[in-house]
Amino acid sequence: MSTLTSTTNKVNPLTAGQLPGFALWVTLAGSVVIGGIIDSLVFYGFDIWTTAFLGAVIFLPVIYAVARGVEGRRAAADRLATALVSGAFLLALLPLVSLLWETLSNGVARFDATFFTWSMRNVIGDGGGAIHALYGTLIVTGIATLISVPIGLMTAIYLVEYGRGPLARGITFFVDVMTGIPSIVAGLFAYALMAIVFGPGTVNGFSGSIALTVLMIPIVVRATEELLRIVPNELREASYALGVPKWRTILSVVLPTALSGIVSGIILSIARIIGETAPLMIAAGFTNSINTNPFANPMMTLPVFVYDQYAHPGIERVFYNERAWTGALTLIALVMVLNLLGRFIAKRFAPQTGR
Amino acid sequence: MATVTQSTQEVTPSPGSERAAPPPRRRIGDRVFSGVATGSGITILVILVAVAGFLLMQAFPALTTSPDVLEEQGYGEFWSWILPFAWGTVWASFWALLLGVPVAIGIALFISHYAPRRLASGLGYVIDLLAAVPSVVFGLWGSIVLATAVQPLWMWLNEYFGWIPFFAGQVSGTGRTLLTASIVLAVMILPIITSLCREIFLQTPVLHEEAALALGATRWEMVKMSVLPFARAGIISSVMLGLGRALGETMAVAMVLSGAPVITVEVLTSQNPNTIAAVIAQNFAEAYGLKTNQLIAGGLVLFAITLLVNMGARLIVSRYKEFSGAN
Repeated sequence: MSTLTSTTNKVNPLTAGQLPGFALWVTLAGSVVIGGIIDSLVFYGFDIWTTAFLGAVIFLPVIYAVARGVEGRRAAADRLATALVSGAFLLALLPLVSLLWETLSNGVARFDATFFTWSMRNVIGDGGGAIHALYGTLIVTGIATLISVPIGLMTAIYLVEYGRGPLARGITFFVDVMTGIPSIVAGLFAYALMAIVFGPGTVNGFSGSIALTVLMIPIVVRATEELLRIVPNELREASYALGVPKWRTILSVVLPTALSGIVSGIILSIARIIGETAPLMIAAGFTNSINTNPFANPMMTLPVFVYDQYAHPGIERVFYNERAWTGALTLIALVMVLNLLGRFIAKRFAPQTGR
Repeated sequence: MATVTQSTQEVTPSPGSERAAPPPRRRIGDRVFSGVATGSGITILVILVAVAGFLLMQAFPALTTSPDVLEEQGYGEFWSWILPFAWGTVWASFWALLLGVPVAIGIALFISHYAPRRLASGLGYVIDLLAAVPSVVFGLWGSIVLATAVQPLWMWLNEYFGWIPFFAGQVSGTGRTLLTASIVLAVMILPIITSLCREIFLQTPVLHEEAALALGATRWEMVKMSVLPFARAGIISSVMLGLGRALGETMAVAMVLSGAPVITVEVLTSQNPNTIAAVIAQNFAEAYGLKTNQLIAGGLVLFAITLLVNMGARLIVSRYKEFSGAN
């Protein structure tokens, strides 16, 4: 008994030579405070970003020095690396938070009924809306989805169920390469195709759909291929054993099993392309009026609307910027809803894998 | 294989083997279905060829017309016209990688090896949110919010580090400079590099990690000794994929930069070399005749550059696939 009490008074051998848990946070808080003091005294007044930056700059060498003194060189390097890696994550949150906040606060002003019922026809200055762009986005994205989903899905089926040898390897490789096509090149392709088939200067909604198709097919293939691959082979074998032909097996066993994943994959790929701007600027063009015919005349889309409001403002710039922000807010909301929907479907209706 | 078939033939025929003997008859449904599937796969190859082909056809006039005519009706001689923009594309992407890659790898490490297990997937989703933001919104944010926010920082950089050639020159008053555009590009390529690296880091054999830790390595030494060497090829290819994205990104640059056809290493002035993609986006609506052809030819150059970068990345991935498991 007496020996135990005597050891507690001494240094704990298990934690000797280590910084106590609170040392990290004390150093961090101290660095930020010093950073804030330097910021408000030396620079042009207190500012939260400069303070955070200075705090980080002070914190890194200080924690290294302290840890090096107490814990040694290796532990100090470990602490520095931990701080840097965590800092990288926090750093990446900055633009995300700033972007979402600015879009929300600037866009909410015009997030009203007028915005969703008016077009920009004959609108100068205040008022006006993006209904023409919403129509355009729905039509262009819809047609692109109708074209790319069958091609993408069948390609995925080919790769998973049939693909052997060099053709399958080549398709896999070039699907990967295709995901890297710059979006503006897809737009130029659609424009060039239309120019050669229908004569130069043919700009319409369908042309925009073709551009989006080029971008969407590889996304659909990648998404659905992965899901078809995780369909257990036992299901296929059971079906073959019953004498079901391969095509019926795929249609009535493999696809239904992967259905929720495929649907969610398709929704996620729509979310990926619905915000594409550059190809639609080139291929679908600009207009201020509602156009619901994808085969004639330019068609406005929501991303292009945002760009147009920002890049070609009238005399009173503030109204154009407001509309641009509201368009951006609508676009982000649309993408987020699609993302959540896709993830929800994937989670909610996922098949039992038996594991 | 041959011995196996032989041995099955030697087995005395069982009663049912005669019915199994005739060659498998391919049903019409099977033939149609596999035909459609194969056709779809081939369609993709056709599309890729068509992209190159149609671009080439439309770019042809700009590449073959004499420089004098191009001077009159276009933007001037093609290669000297495209060169500054090609430089701008490479230069902006370089800075984007310089700023983005360390942060992206840091985030990937944080999510895979540093963050608490329960938070990790949620944090990954937060970073994926960045990938979901449309590029035009990034452009809007970059030109209105970010440009004004970083302008004082650029002034400061120029004042104290102006002796470095990159930061020399007259600082832009609007903050809409090449470096600002590169920051936006860096943010945009973060999620790509992060998600790929994260996958690869997670595939490090747990035994390697545990062996390092058992030998008394700190967490950082474990990462340095087992995770990073294992993931090297994956990191390289993910960086190249990020580069491909940065090279081809249009809207962020087009909205942030008001570019000029100059070749300069300075990144803080208002005379910024534009990128190919941004030049096309900014001029295409007003272009006509040979100017359109010239812009499409510019797109073809961009296509060729990104295709090379992407194919290189994919080749590295497929070569090291068996080691890293990355795809």
